[in-house]
Amino acid sequence: MSYRLPLTLSCLLSVALLPVAVHAQDMIVDTTERKQPLTTWGIQFEEFEYRYSDDDEELAAWNADFFYGTDDFKVRWLTKGEYAIEEQAYEELENQLVGQVPISKFFDAKAGVRFDTPEGPDRTYAVLGVAGLAPQWFEIDANLYVSNEGETSAELDAEYELLLTNYWIVAATLDATVAFSEDREIGVGKGLVSTETGVRLSYDLIDRAFSPYVGVVHERKYGDTADLAETGGGSTEDWFAVIGARIAF
Amino acid sequence: MNIRLGAVLFGLLMPALGLAAEYDLTVDRVQIDSGDFVKEGIGYNGASPGPVMRFKEGEEVKINVTNNLDETTSIHWHGLILPFDQDGVPGISFPGIKPGETFTYEFPIQQAGTFWFHSHSGFQEPDGAYGAIVIEPEGREPFRYDREYVVQLTDKHPHSGDRIMRNLKMMPDYYNREQQTVGEFFSDASKDGLMNTIQSRMAWGDMRMMQADVEDLQGFTGLINGKGPEQNWTGLFEPGERIRLRFINSSAMTYFDIRIPGLDMTVVQADGNNVQPVSVDEFRIGVAESYDVIVRPKDEQAYTIFAESMGRSGYARATLAPEQGMEAAVPQLREPARLTMADMGGMPGMDHGSMAGMDHASMEGMDHSNMEGMDHSNMKGMDHSGMKGMDHGSMAMNQGAASDPFYAKGSGLMPKAANGGKFLSYSDLKAQDPLYEEREPTREIELRLTGNMERYTWSINGVKYEDADPIRLKYGERVRFKFVNETMMTHPMHLHGMWSILDVGAGQWNPIKHTVSVNPGTTVYVETEVDAPGQWAFHCHLSYHAAAGMFRKVIIEGGPDSNQAKAEVVTEEGGEA
Repeated sequence: MSYRLPLTLSCLLSVALLPVAVHAQDMIVDTTERKQPLTTWGIQFEEFEYRYSDDDEELAAWNADFFYGTDDFKVRWLTKGEYAIEEQAYEELENQLVGQVPISKFFDAKAGVRFDTPEGPDRTYAVLGVAGLAPQWFEIDANLYVSNEGETSAELDAEYELLLTNYWIVAATLDATVAFSEDREIGVGKGLVSTETGVRLSYDLIDRAFSPYVGVVHERKYGDTADLAETGGGSTEDWFAVIGARIAF
Repeated sequence: MNIRLGAVLFGLLMPALGLAAEYDLTVDRVQIDSGDFVKEGIGYNGASPGPVMRFKEGEEVKINVTNNLDETTSIHWHGLILPFDQDGVPGISFPGIKPGETFTYEFPIQQAGTFWFHSHSGFQEPDGAYGAIVIEPEGREPFRYDREYVVQLTDKHPHSGDRIMRNLKMMPDYYNREQQTVGEFFSDASKDGLMNTIQSRMAWGDMRMMQADVEDLQGFTGLINGKGPEQNWTGLFEPGERIRLRFINSSAMTYFDIRIPGLDMTVVQADGNNVQPVSVDEFRIGVAESYDVIVRPKDEQAYTIFAESMGRSGYARATLAPEQGMEAAVPQLREPARLTMADMGGMPGMDHGSMAGMDHASMEGMDHSNMEGMDHSNMKGMDHSGMKGMDHGSMAMNQGAASDPFYAKGSGLMPKAANGGKFLSYSDLKAQDPLYEEREPTREIELRLTGNMERYTWSINGVKYEDADPIRLKYGERVRFKFVNETMMTHPMHLHGMWSILDVGAGQWNPIKHTVSVNPGTTVYVETEVDAPGQWAFHCHLSYHAAAGMFRKVIIEGGPDSNQAKAEVVTEEGGEA
């Protein structure tokens, strides 16, 4: 790091430095991508599966989520459904479009609309929710819904992953719905409406992009909702064996 | 006016341009074969890594860089002291090099040693756009060697940089395959007791922090000079020769622990600057750092250069041998690293009550004698306040390991030589020939290294680059930067254009570096003589941390005006000549 240079070279160096000093006057402003909020997107199918029930019903089911946005604001399309293969009818078909903003270190708030368009009457809801990671690694998604009929309900989704190994993973899920008022037309009674509990054993086959799994799902309706279902000739409790894959890309 | 004057002078002096050298580099799409996979990437002159650029101290270089990509590119000369508009950071030094364009870099070489160059655009560097720089000094070096090799490491991943960033944003643990499992729970329970293990897991779960969060990006193949472990890059030697190995870590994300079983390594240079020689068995090289070591194999046998990643998820391997085809045993990877509560020491507002979950069982049989003889004098410059509330009992976890003051006491990242010998610490680095006089810093600037692993956001003082104002320094001042690491990851902080004088407590012998690693739960001080006008980048050199916001622009206010500068240089240098 010595600066002992011959005189000629010193002159050269100083000359070389001249244009620099001139340029130093007009320093550029960073307008590159780096200075812009990082925009990102993703597609995740938490569930994409075939279900076979204890009374021989066959269903195709999915629960997926597409997002696009920045740390500060994301647009998320959540879709889930159950398609009865024999009846060729959607028992459940739900799409949500929400905007999502961070509200704490681990949680986001969501607001948007939900469209239910299964076989039978449709419903549109306003959605307000929070989603994030609770202590002890529980993934939580809690939502409040107000339908176009004025009925209100709430839904809680929780998921916990247990790593048998770094590739074999058991995921336990609980989904519970509570209605604050009755909506007879779509078979919803006041109080605890239904729960869906699942346990799935998956293997990460291709990164975390494709993870086939097998599992068991238990669906149950409660109280007035169960009564409404029985009156309509439907079941109030089902056990399913499921096979499918978690997909993310 | 000045430009014209310059042009005239330049013209007059043209015949004397014997020391000017011209180089050409093309930026190309290339195939990269790691031995484990083949992928498309970016390279220079048709290959990744690019060529070793060999410069001479004192020469004026002219480098024509032609962009054959269909996107903007740039080359940053990492560690070189040069005019800011030649530094190669788009948006800060210059607009970048557009597709099809040739940009000519021109700058004087005012230093010697081992450095490297890489793209500063997007994720081109992790995609392969990097190469080595070797600068031959004007004078004699304070050490001898018979031959030299560049040993340039990288963490080549099958995914593209864009894809990796997106996956990390979607699932921060996407690439982490060293997470704690049910099996580990039971083995910990049998070792430390069931209740202790449950308490420990609960304490971490309460914070939503993972003890396994050491390497964000796993699944890479470690390359040395572009060769994977199976392809085994080999450097030849004659027994008895002194070999200078110029280690450069060009990884996107990976720290490596390097050893050559059977050989002592004498570290003679760090980040291109000579240090007082220190003999070690193993050293950790942070991302973007370089270390020059001298080895002297006496036997007619092969030696393995083994570079194990800090989190033990992967490795790079090469061989030194008397002839091609010879190889030595390749060691096994050690157990994956686990963070401890000590690594959380820097976190503000942490609930220390939750530390009850610390593993007290393992403290039994703790050998306190190991802690004596610890060199507390090295601890200067460490901020002990950051460690308050730390459970010192956790030291037991590293019993037998030498304590390195640049890690939180009891840190799960505390390095330990595989053979039980000497592991290099920053506190061993002493400048061979200090570049700057020691003087009091004019002021201190605190930079808290912050982030949120679950959101994969990284920032400085809680603010991402996109929202940040530049850091303003005054030409001529000496600034003391206080890095406080409030995250649980290690951050290699790189200031462009000016040296970082790392405070290892050695006063005027403090080493000068271009990249300084700040470990979790620690505070590190560096001082900078603000002697380079213009504006510069200052960032964490982990590619995905920098892109997520752990980045700043530094503006140097004031500075010599052009005429003054010229006069000063001429007088000063003329006087010495």
